[in-house]
Amino acid sequence: MDLKDLYREVILDHNRSPRLFGRLDPADSAADGHNPLCGDRLHVSLRLEGDRVADLRFDGKGCAISVASASLMCEAVKGKQRSEITHLFNEIHDVLTHHDAPVPEDLGKLAALAGVRDFPVRVKCASLAWHTLNAALERSGEPVKTE
Amino acid sequence: MSAEAARTTAAAYDVERVRLDFPILARQVHGKPLVFLDSAASSQRPARVIAAVDDYERLHHANVHRGVHLLSQEATALFEHARERVRGFVNAASTREVIFTRGTTEAINLVAQSYARPRLKPGDEILLTVLEHHANIVPWQLVAEQTGAVVKAVPMDRRGVIDAAAVAANITDRTRIVACAHVSNALGTVLPVREITRLAHARGAVVLVDGAQAVPHQRVDLQALDCDFYAFSAHKMYGPTGIGCLIGRESLLEAMPPWQGGGDMILTVSFEKTTFNALPFKFEAGTPNISGAIGMAAAIDYIESLGIDNIHAHEQRLLSLATAKLLKVPGLKIIGTAPDKASVISFTLDGIHPHDLGTILDAEGVAVRTGHHCAMPVMEFFDVPATARASFACYSRESDIDALAAALGKAREVFA
Repeated sequence: MDLKDLYREVILDHNRSPRLFGRLDPADSAADGHNPLCGDRLHVSLRLEGDRVADLRFDGKGCAISVASASLMCEAVKGKQRSEITHLFNEIHDVLTHHDAPVPEDLGKLAALAGVRDFPVRVKCASLAWHTLNAALERSGEPVKTE
Repeated sequence: MSAEAARTTAAAYDVERVRLDFPILARQVHGKPLVFLDSAASSQRPARVIAAVDDYERLHHANVHRGVHLLSQEATALFEHARERVRGFVNAASTREVIFTRGTTEAINLVAQSYARPRLKPGDEILLTVLEHHANIVPWQLVAEQTGAVVKAVPMDRRGVIDAAAVAANITDRTRIVACAHVSNALGTVLPVREITRLAHARGAVVLVDGAQAVPHQRVDLQALDCDFYAFSAHKMYGPTGIGCLIGRESLLEAMPPWQGGGDMILTVSFEKTTFNALPFKFEAGTPNISGAIGMAAAIDYIESLGIDNIHAHEQRLLSLATAKLLKVPGLKIIGTAPDKASVISFTLDGIHPHDLGTILDAEGVAVRTGHHCAMPVMEFFDVPATARASFACYSRESDIDALAAALGKAREVFA
């Protein structure tokens, strides 16, 4: 267990200066995510062009892991097709929850999130943004919880 | 205690010897010595408590209040002895007033459902304070929903203080129940329970005190406090989990219907009519947590062997040392600055979320609680999503504070 593996420079950078921070208004869809354990709250709003996420933003309050994960996620999925996002979601999910799963090369900067898997209680922090995005894509409108 | 006596006691209190009583304190976490600063969530057990439970399991176990055989007699004697130890510990009037429960939470639910629910009318008021643990909020909200009663909360000031005047200003002729913490788990604030009880009684309301965070840290004398119900848990006072008690005024308990039905709480059962057992058994349906009660009694023996006043003086000394030391950490803010506090320090560090802080401290071997401490209204009041909380117990020592400060320095490096 190495803290440097959790708080990699990319994570710290995206926590300090989150990308695509804010809200789209108007938005085609939005969702709220809440992690009751640590009080993290995220809001993801997005604009769709057909099956493509043309633009998205997130805002909210949370720990470094949840904020950095949201920021990295927004950068990664902006402009992508739903099917590509689903693929990415599954890859991230595997990376976070399977200790020995290889980190796919196509993850790019998102690979920085792999350090979280050695800290099981923090996996929920990293996955909150992704579940919130999923909810926005499904337009469920119900608040998402990772508990 | 005079200042001089306090100093003498502090000098005579040998924390290194106390620490030898707690086997878990010898272990390492992540390759570092354990610095356990989360006793307000659950304290560790001394060998004496572990041995008492073990001895019971190995030599004396049988069901209580049932058999005529020797083991059942022994188990019953140990269990009822535990009840007497609990009575004496907080100076309750009689063992008939001591009801074993799973813990503080169950004790409060018992009062909400058995005392409050049959009595409350629409518009009646249940008065809480804003610093309550969820366990002293939610049971009242449930009973309010069931009866049409209204839940109100006494506000606190920016230090986290709730004074008698604030309580007085919120008690009305409709107040039927006042329920408050003796000590706040999130802030450490000690509430003026004696004055609150006087104010409530003057308006005809009964008082329940959540004593979970008080009994490990200070002498509690229920005859002096004069409250109607007092609840606490063993696991915050060096005893096992899953056991605690409700202590209630006998006349009120007598008038209350049973809460749960089952064995042990009856005298006779037929399909026409069941008659209920006497106090305290009326409220103890089913086979109780016998080993837990025995462990709780052993924890009381342990506390009394150290002296609760000595523990209090030791912890107060650590509290003031830790407060001074932590305030020197740049960007650190203490949440809860009441003049009368138990040995609990909630804090935030600028630019670092408490959850990140908890992980970094853990990697340094320092265990603190991070989160909302089951007191979300307190977090909302101070406009923080969460805090980190260091809490001290009889086995905490000065070097724990140094380790905490060093780990906070490490966190600031990571997030520099």
